[in-house]
Amino acid sequence: MIDVNAPGFWESLLQVLLVGTGQTLYMVGVSLVVTIVVGLPLGVVLVGTEPGGILAAPLGSRALGRVINRTLDFVVNLGRSVPFIILMVAIIPFTRLVVGTFIGSTAAIVPLSVVAIPFFARMVEIAIKEVDGGLVEAADSLGATRWHVVSKVLVPEAMPAMILGLSTTVTSIINFSAMVGTVAGGGLGDVAIRYGYQRYSVVHMVAVIIVIFAIVMALQAVATLLARRFARRGTVSRRSQSLLTPGG
Amino acid sequence: MISIDHVSKTFGDVRAIDDVSLQVGRGEIFGVVGQSGAGKSTLIRTVNLLERPDAGTVSVDGVELTALPAAGLREARRGIGMVFQHFNLLSSRTVRGNVELGLEIAGVPTRDRVRRSGEILELVGLGHRADAYPSQLSGGQKQRVGIARALASQPKVLLSDEATSALDPETTRSILELIRSIRDELGLTVLLITHEMDVVKTVCDSAALLESGRIVESGRLVDLISTPGSRLARDLFPLGPVQPRPGTTVIDITFSGGTADRPVIAQLARVHGLDVSILGAAIETIAGSQAGRTRLELPGSAAANEAAIADLRGQNLLVEVVA
Repeated sequence: MIDVNAPGFWESLLQVLLVGTGQTLYMVGVSLVVTIVVGLPLGVVLVGTEPGGILAAPLGSRALGRVINRTLDFVVNLGRSVPFIILMVAIIPFTRLVVGTFIGSTAAIVPLSVVAIPFFARMVEIAIKEVDGGLVEAADSLGATRWHVVSKVLVPEAMPAMILGLSTTVTSIINFSAMVGTVAGGGLGDVAIRYGYQRYSVVHMVAVIIVIFAIVMALQAVATLLARRFARRGTVSRRSQSLLTPGG
Repeated sequence: MISIDHVSKTFGDVRAIDDVSLQVGRGEIFGVVGQSGAGKSTLIRTVNLLERPDAGTVSVDGVELTALPAAGLREARRGIGMVFQHFNLLSSRTVRGNVELGLEIAGVPTRDRVRRSGEILELVGLGHRADAYPSQLSGGQKQRVGIARALASQPKVLLSDEATSALDPETTRSILELIRSIRDELGLTVLLITHEMDVVKTVCDSAALLESGRIVESGRLVDLISTPGSRLARDLFPLGPVQPRPGTTVIDITFSGGTADRPVIAQLARVHGLDVSILGAAIETIAGSQAGRTRLELPGSAAANEAAIADLRGQNLLVEVVA
């Protein structure tokens, strides 16, 4: 039990919170970058390799396109259905391979990315599917290559919906980051468990909740602002519009 | 300029187009008319191979597109502009950005792109809206952007897939005028498809009628209107169904070019002593010249009026006995 009236309590609380917030932001931030770098192309390939998609026949082989599509679809579903705490432990060998250790904040980035990538890839897939096929045709009629279609049509047109998908993804990364205390990843979730739960400090618990809530709200606000800015340019699909309302 | 040769395309068990052959001459505006489901869209999309035909060949400007590899086809498509019914503009780009899309794809340097898009936007009358986004434009303006985008890379051929079907009559007219003036200015060859006879009437030099994937009739409008029994000509001057009364003869007289100003009715009354009733008439400007059709009712049977009809035919008028 921690005594609120003990000398130096508030200083130490502040110290613990600052370190925890720093670790959380570090883990979430790096995971987010990895998620975008891997998840965006993955989402594009997921849509593209569908029958009739722009990558339906990579290297001229329709069968290859189908195999890629099915495989990715399976992997994405698998990634999304395994509970995070199990996934984190299960991929320890992989984490070791990548980071050299499976303990600590940096190591925690691996499972966080692994869980967020399929999630974001699905978001990207949905966003790109919303892009009117007529636009791809227009680009084709102008002699566009597949790369042109992706870089000049699909991704820019899907941007508002993807930004909103990204904000949902960050929120879930923050959510999962609370569990990395299990592998000594630290972060705010770890503070809540070690001080708030194991040492009965209501003050710590409440403080962590407030900080996490503030982070999520801030991110949500930024994402909404960005999405609006992109969306204002054009007609926003009804789906994207419903995502624009907070909490969506 | 465009040569479609024995092209067929099947979707499932539906023959969308069935052994279609079509020639469009340089600088010509050619319209393909037909009802929805006739295969018009499929046909025009085979020209730039957005739809690859199952059989037959397509050539544009002497290049056989159906024989080209992917890279060659992309190159060739840059010489074929296309305009769409629903405009298909990128909402993430400004008007200028949309117009420059094709130029970016073709790898034109920024400086040239800016100059070119400026010129072409002036040409379509949207120079002042270059920095607007498509969502801020009216339908007619959007289609002007669509046309500008299609023309930016200076194609020789423009394909128009129901370009005016989503527009109101007034806007349709202004877009058609734009297409015509661009053709005159740039010497473009235009292939358009439409379900509206008015479009053909306003802008086309030649037309073809497509029905269940087959071309039923085709030719220059000026020739079609003087072709007896032409369905396109009949649709150009809709006179409605005939309701024959016993003891009378109904004839349709088609005037075109030099015959448009003949005093036919007065002549029938004076020379042949006939009491003529006018049942219907339509005068149109077709392919730039006046043409018209009049439906007359003459007393007596067809046999009794033979002399009068022969007389009219003798004056180079197209006369059809319809009842």
